[in-house]
Amino acid sequence: MFESSLKQLGDALRAKKISSVELTQFYLDRIARLNPELNAYITLNPEMSLAQAKAADARLATGQADALTGIPIAQKDIFCAKGWLTTCGSKMLHNFVSPYDAHVITQFNQAGAVNLGKTNMDEFAMGSSNETSHFGPVKNPWDTARVPGGSSGGTAAAVAARLCAAATGTDTGGSIRQPAALCGISGLKPTYGVCSRYGMIAFASSLDQAGPMGRSAEDLALLMNVMAGFDERDSTSLQRDKEDYGRDLDKPLSGLRIGLPREFFAAGMGSDVARAVEDAITEYKKLGATIVDISLPNSKLSVPVYYVLAPAEASSNLSRFDGVRYGYRAPEYGDLTDMYEKSRAQGFGDEVKRRIMIGTYVLSHGYYDAYYIKAQRIRRLIAQDFVEAFKQCDVIMGPTSPSTAFKLGEKGDDPVQMYLSDIYTIAVNLAGLPGMSIPCGFGDNAMPVGLQIIGNYFDEARMLNVAHQYQRATDWHSRAPQGL
Amino acid sequence: MTWEIVIGLEIHSQLSTNTKIFSGASTAFGAEPNTQADAVSLALPGVLPVLNKGAVERAIKFGLATGAHIAPRSVFARKNYFYPDLPKGYQISQFDLPVVGNGQIVIQVPAQGKQTAYEKTVRITRAHLEEDAGKSLHEDFHGMTGIDLNRAGTPLLEIVSEPDMRSAAEAVAYAKALHTLVQWIGICDGNMQEGSFRCDANVSVHQPGTPFGTRREIKNLNSFRFLEQAINYEVQWQIATLEDGGTIQQATVLFDPDTGETRVMRTKEDAHDYRYFPDPDLLPLEISEEWKQQIATTLPELPHTKQARYQTQGLSAYDASVLTSSREIADFFEAVLATLSPDPSPASGRGEQATKMCANWIAGELSAQLNRDGLDIAQCPISAQQLGGLLKRIADNTVSNSGAKEVFRVMWAEGGDADAIIDAKGLKQVSDSGAIEKIVDDILAANADKVAEYRSGKDKLFGFFVGQAMKASQGKANPAQLNEILKQKLDG
Repeated sequence: MFESSLKQLGDALRAKKISSVELTQFYLDRIARLNPELNAYITLNPEMSLAQAKAADARLATGQADALTGIPIAQKDIFCAKGWLTTCGSKMLHNFVSPYDAHVITQFNQAGAVNLGKTNMDEFAMGSSNETSHFGPVKNPWDTARVPGGSSGGTAAAVAARLCAAATGTDTGGSIRQPAALCGISGLKPTYGVCSRYGMIAFASSLDQAGPMGRSAEDLALLMNVMAGFDERDSTSLQRDKEDYGRDLDKPLSGLRIGLPREFFAAGMGSDVARAVEDAITEYKKLGATIVDISLPNSKLSVPVYYVLAPAEASSNLSRFDGVRYGYRAPEYGDLTDMYEKSRAQGFGDEVKRRIMIGTYVLSHGYYDAYYIKAQRIRRLIAQDFVEAFKQCDVIMGPTSPSTAFKLGEKGDDPVQMYLSDIYTIAVNLAGLPGMSIPCGFGDNAMPVGLQIIGNYFDEARMLNVAHQYQRATDWHSRAPQGL
Repeated sequence: MTWEIVIGLEIHSQLSTNTKIFSGASTAFGAEPNTQADAVSLALPGVLPVLNKGAVERAIKFGLATGAHIAPRSVFARKNYFYPDLPKGYQISQFDLPVVGNGQIVIQVPAQGKQTAYEKTVRITRAHLEEDAGKSLHEDFHGMTGIDLNRAGTPLLEIVSEPDMRSAAEAVAYAKALHTLVQWIGICDGNMQEGSFRCDANVSVHQPGTPFGTRREIKNLNSFRFLEQAINYEVQWQIATLEDGGTIQQATVLFDPDTGETRVMRTKEDAHDYRYFPDPDLLPLEISEEWKQQIATTLPELPHTKQARYQTQGLSAYDASVLTSSREIADFFEAVLATLSPDPSPASGRGEQATKMCANWIAGELSAQLNRDGLDIAQCPISAQQLGGLLKRIADNTVSNSGAKEVFRVMWAEGGDADAIIDAKGLKQVSDSGAIEKIVDDILAANADKVAEYRSGKDKLFGFFVGQAMKASQGKANPAQLNEILKQKLDG
C-alpha cells in the first residue's frame, strides 16, 4: 500500500477499497514503529489526524471527493496549522499552538487531505543537514548514520521511509531540493510567488517558497494543484489562472533543449555524483532531448550573495520572537533588556544566532551599501544570467548537491562547508525560478544522487513533464531504503 | 547678541481609515485592550502585511493638496528596534523613497494683537506612510507592564517640514494649518486628545549669517499650547546655554507640561541604528497617473484657494484665514452669503459690503458666542439661513447694528427667525424722516444752550445730540438718517 502513487491511493479511497481512517491509521502505526529511529516528525496528533480522516471518509461517501481527499500528508513544521503545535524546529516556539492555518494548510484542508503530522526541520529552516533542529537531528532512512539534508529533512526522510503518502517542504536556498536529493525522493520548489507564504514562518521572505515533496513527479503535480494559487493575504503572491500541473506529464520530450551550465560541472562535485548526473543526461538524450552548453557566469557568487541577503531578512523576521507575546520566555530575568537577551539567547540555537548576527551586521549603518546593496545588485546579475540561458534552452540540468548524504556531525564545526552543500541550488532562489530534484542513481556509498532540473518562470508543468518522462524510463524514484 | 530661531516639524497624522494599514483589524478608538489586535497586529509567526489602499489614497490626497510630488513608485522599509509594544520588532515605514515629496503650504501667522496676520510659505520635505505602534501601560499591573496592541498598525502619515519656521508662533500656525488641511480634505479626524495628530519639533538657534545650530528634537507634543510652550522653553534654554559659553548636544527631549520644561530622553550617542531595508513582504507602491487624477477630482476647494478668493472679494487676510480655519466654518460662511444673494458670481452684485458683513458677523459675534459656549460650528444653534435672514434686515436698514445684536442674542437662546424676533421685540428701526425730524427738533429745542455752544465751534457736542436723539427714539432711529438730519438742522 505504501508504494502506491497518490493517484492510486485516491482511486482506492474513492472506490472504497480502503477508508481514509484505515490509511491514516496505517501510516500512524508505521510512524510509531519507525519514527523513534528516524526522528522525522516533531509532532503527531493521531486524534486530530483521525478526525480529519473520518471527515474525509464522510466526504468520500458523498462522492464529492477531490484528488487528495482522505490522503495523509505530512506538513513541514514551518506551516502554522490551527490547533497544532507549530515549532519551526525551535525551542523558541516549543509551546506555540497556532490559532490559525497557513494558506497552504487551508488548501490541503479544503482538498480533504489528512494532516498526518508536523515534520522535523532545521531550526527556522536554517541548515542543510537537519542537525540544527531543537528536537534532535533527523536520520537518513538510507543510512541512519547520515543526514537527510535540510532544512526539509524531516519531510524528506518521512517520504523516503514511506511514513506518509507525500509531504510539504519549503525552500529558501535549496531546502526542498537538497534533502530530496539526499533522501532519494522528488521535490519541487515552484516559481517565487506561486504558493502563498501566508502562515509559513518566514526565514528570508524574498527567497522562501513552499513546495511539494513526494516519490514521483506525478505525485508532485497533484500536490501542486492543491498548494499553488493566488492568496490576497500575501502581497508577493502572484495573481494567475489556476492551472493543472499534470497536464503535460505525458508529452514526449523530443526536441527538448537541455542546458548544462559549465559552472555546475567544474571542480567541486563528487565524481560519483557527476557519474549519476551524466548517466541521467544520457538517458534524456535517448528520450529525444538535445544538449546545449550554457554559462551562468555569476552563479559562483550565489553563496556569498545568499549569505548576505538571507541573514539580513532573517535578522529582521526573527525579531518578533522576543518572549513578549508567545513562545519561549526565559524563566528568570531582570529588566526588559535582560528578558529579551535571555529569552533569545536561550530560545535560539547557534546557527540561528549566527545568521541573526550576520544579518544585523550587514544591515548596520556604514555596512549596508557594501553588503546588502551590493548583494542585491549581484542578485540581479545572477537572475539575468538565467534570462540569457533560457534563450538557448528549455530547462537547465545539473547536480542538486555536490555530494551524497554526509555523516551526522561531519560538517558540524564548519558552517562554510555546510553552506557549500547548497552551491547549486541557491542561484535558483535568488532568481525566483522554479527548481526540482529527482533521484538519478546512487553514489559510491550507495546513497541517492539527485538530478536538479531548473525551469523558466512558471514552467512547473513542463518541468514535471521532463521529470515524469525520465521516471517512466527509469526506476530510481521507486527504490526504497532497506529494512522498512 | 541676536539669535535666530530655526524650527522644523514632524507631524504624525493618523489616517481616517476604518481598518489598519496592513490588516483588516478595526482602528476605532477606545476599545477594550487587545480586542482590535488580529493575527497581524499580534505579529504571530507567519503572518504577512497587506497594504490598505485607503491609506494610500489619503496620502495621495495630501500630496495633491500641498502641490507635492507624488512618487509613481515608493518603497516600504523596515525600521528595526525592540520594544514590547512593537510586536514585529520592526516598524513598517518608508525611508529613502517616500510616497510624497516636495510640497508646500501657505500659512497665515497671526501677528501680536491677533487682528492681523502675515503670510508665509512652509516647504514640506516629505510625507510618508507608516504604521503606529501599540501602547505600553505601566500602571495597574503591580510592577509589570501591560501591552495594548489595539493601536498597533494604525495608519499614519508622517509629514516632515523643512526648517522654515522662525518662531513658536510660526510653528503653531504651520501645525494649525496642517491640522486644518488634513481634516479639510478628510484624511484625518484631527482629534489631538486621542493622538490622531501629534507633533515633534526640531529646534535650534543660531546667529544670522552663520550655519544652523545643533538641533534638539522635542517629541510627542499633542496640543498647540504645549507645542508653543515647549518651543519657547527650548529656545530660551538653548540661547542661555550658548550665551553661558556652553554647546548644544544633538538630543531627543521630552516636554513636561507640569514643569513647562524639556528634559533629555536620549542623546545622539545612544541613538538606535534602525537598520532600515526594503520590506521584502511588500511590493513597491506604484501610483498611476490615472489613480492620481481620479483622486484629484474628489478634492474640495482648498483653504488657501478659498482664502485667496475671499481676499479678492474684499476680505482682509486675517478674516479670510479665520473663515477658512475649518471647512465647516467656510461652508457656513458661504451658506450665509448665499442667502443674501443666491447667485454666487462676482457680477451678481453680492458685493463687497455684503461679503464683509457676513465675515464680520461670523468672525465676530458668532465666533465669540461659540467660544463662550464651548461649541464648534457644527453645533451652532443658529443656522446659516437664520443668520442670513438677520443680515438681510441689517442690509435693508430694518434693524440697526445694536438692534441686530439683540436679535442675535434672542435667536441664539430661543431660536426663531429674524423678522419674528424684530417684531416681537419692537426692534424695527425708524427710517421715517418725518418722525426722526420731529425727534431732532424736540431735542434741539430742549437744549438751546448746547446748540449755541455747538454753533460757536464746540463740534464735539454733535455726539451729545446723536445720543439724546437715539435715546428719545428708544434706539430705533436709523443712525445714518439721524446723523444726516441732525447735521442739516445744526449746520444748515
